[in-house]
Amino acid sequence: MKEKHKHIKEPLVKLSRRADLDRKHSWSYRALAILAALVVDGIIIMLVVHMNPFDIYSTMFMGAFGTTRKIWVTLKELSLLLLISIALTPAYRMKFWNLGGEGQVLMGAWATAFCMIYLGDKLPSGLLLLVMFVAAIVVGGIWAFIPAVFKAKWGTNETLFTLMMNYVAIQMVAYFIIKWEMPKGSGHVGIINQATQAGWLPYLGSNSYALVVGFVVIVTIGMHVYLKYSKHGYEISVVGESQRTATYVGISVDKVIIRTLILSGGICGFAGWLIVSGSDHTITTTLAGGMGFTGIMVSWLAQFNVIVMILCSLLIVFMGQGASEIATSFGLNEAFGDILTGIIIFFIIGVEFFINYKLHFRKSSGKEEA
Amino acid sequence: MFSLVAFIPRAILQGMPLLFGCTGETISEKAGSLNLGIPGVMYVGAICGVIGSFLYEQSCGGQVVPIIAILIPFLACLAGSLIMGLLFAFMTVSLRANQNVVGLAMTTFGIGFGNFFGGSLMKLTGASVPSIALSATSKCFRKALPFANDCGAFGKIFLSYGFMTYLAVAIAIVTAFILTKTRIGLQLRAVGENPATADAAGIDVTKYKYFAICIGCMIAGLGGLFYVMDYANGVWSNDAFGDRGWLAIALVIFTLWKPNVAIFGSILFGGLYILNLFIPGAGMATKELYKMLPYVVTIIVLIITSMRRKREHQPPESLGLPYFREDR
Repeated sequence: MKEKHKHIKEPLVKLSRRADLDRKHSWSYRALAILAALVVDGIIIMLVVHMNPFDIYSTMFMGAFGTTRKIWVTLKELSLLLLISIALTPAYRMKFWNLGGEGQVLMGAWATAFCMIYLGDKLPSGLLLLVMFVAAIVVGGIWAFIPAVFKAKWGTNETLFTLMMNYVAIQMVAYFIIKWEMPKGSGHVGIINQATQAGWLPYLGSNSYALVVGFVVIVTIGMHVYLKYSKHGYEISVVGESQRTATYVGISVDKVIIRTLILSGGICGFAGWLIVSGSDHTITTTLAGGMGFTGIMVSWLAQFNVIVMILCSLLIVFMGQGASEIATSFGLNEAFGDILTGIIIFFIIGVEFFINYKLHFRKSSGKEEA
Repeated sequence: MFSLVAFIPRAILQGMPLLFGCTGETISEKAGSLNLGIPGVMYVGAICGVIGSFLYEQSCGGQVVPIIAILIPFLACLAGSLIMGLLFAFMTVSLRANQNVVGLAMTTFGIGFGNFFGGSLMKLTGASVPSIALSATSKCFRKALPFANDCGAFGKIFLSYGFMTYLAVAIAIVTAFILTKTRIGLQLRAVGENPATADAAGIDVTKYKYFAICIGCMIAGLGGLFYVMDYANGVWSNDAFGDRGWLAIALVIFTLWKPNVAIFGSILFGGLYILNLFIPGAGMATKELYKMLPYVVTIIVLIITSMRRKREHQPPESLGLPYFREDR
């Protein structure tokens, strides 16, 4: 083969890294990707349930925003996903892959439930909420602190470590669920403190999840300010860019890693508190519902931009709620939403390539080039 | 009473899906691709096998021909896993997307895919059965050697399994051999350790990565198929496969990227999973703590290897990093 070609065969496509593509172009690329993903999703739904695409999306829209109740559920889900993405963001800025969000949320939830069960009738309601709040943040923080210390001191692979910590958390919660199960043998904890509502985050009027949403807004703004305007935020981005530079300018890398991870885990724990105290009032091993993982994707896709994070979370929650509406009305399985969300995420990940790289096609030399 | 003869076969059955997943993931990681989509791939492999077999059993009304009953789900499973592998390879190698993000997205997608079709297959095909129970196919998969029962304890421990158990062990041994003893294995590891150097030495990095990821996914997918057809008697129930995919990834670390060690590692992990059934007095709650053990042990291994810094025990050097020739 090789002798036949006199000169070296030029590849069909050559790549080069783009200098920064301007914002308008890069955002229009992303918008196109999402549009394409929605079209593909529409086609898939059409094939499965034989509906026309407009009916599909209007059904999905009704599923997510059809009633006041549904709007609040969507808003709550959106806030929680956003909160977890926000929690993971400082770690990524530092190029620390915190895949342990799921476990950190779960441990926060566990601490909350623990306090509700054992202190529910011993403390006044306000104090109880405060104790739960602190416990959740501390336990979530500890869950992230463990891998952080080993990363900082011995360079232990944090991706794998945090991942494993999720399952340690899940099994631990599974253990306590059986300890706490109500009634015995059911395998469920049931609604905690149903009669007294001790440790329940109060509802504001009929807007049941207003407090949850409010908390998340505060944390989001706080994190934005922290990362953008504080000294800590600056240190995080230096460590993320280059650990050597950080050491050179006198930043203690170990300290920044550990501190940032405690913050990250603490906010995840806070999310656990919000879920148990503010919405679920019970504990299950699936209570984080994969948001620890979805949050990673949101945080990464948004490139740490808060506005994009909100839009991304909204899209994912909308697809989830909408797909479950379609699934219920057609007697299909709820996991439908995961398929649709997965496809959207693949498209958004894929488009980053076209934003970062430029393709140079080989000049056609008489032959037909595809 | 704790009976080793009863315990070991069950531990092995628990371990084999992990072994498939672990071998597949090891191949992929040795080429530098941390494929966190393996749990999803195993779900897809399982459900594709189930769909193939379901359609076949429906069409022939339970009168299955053993060879075809095995081949159809087997090929369907391989095809499904291959598509997932191609997707991961295309995204991470060609499009240079972040491996963790693509992997997690694949897991979300794969588990959703499995549960959706597992829960909706009857409805979609209009079949009149209440649940997916592929007992005829499963019988073919579980067929053990006819004289296994006559060999006493030896037969029970070594000969009482369906063909896929032996396949898993064989694949692990062959993989270990190829990775450590052949030129292909050497070049594959070179790609995983330092793709730039491998590239300079004339190794086609892209090709190696694509093949490693795709073959890895196909092997892992078989783990899902084994679980449904052999372990679960052909009964699909949503989420029953559980976190075994993550356990397979843990096993990769636990065995320090050695598939031959993984044969024993998988049986050990499998044993820990069901230990509670064999220890008298262990309650439902303690069972959950036993299930935690594999993860804790893996974390300890991870910590110890990072502390000792022994070079042959480290993860592949460029694990998780995309490679772009012009970035040097």
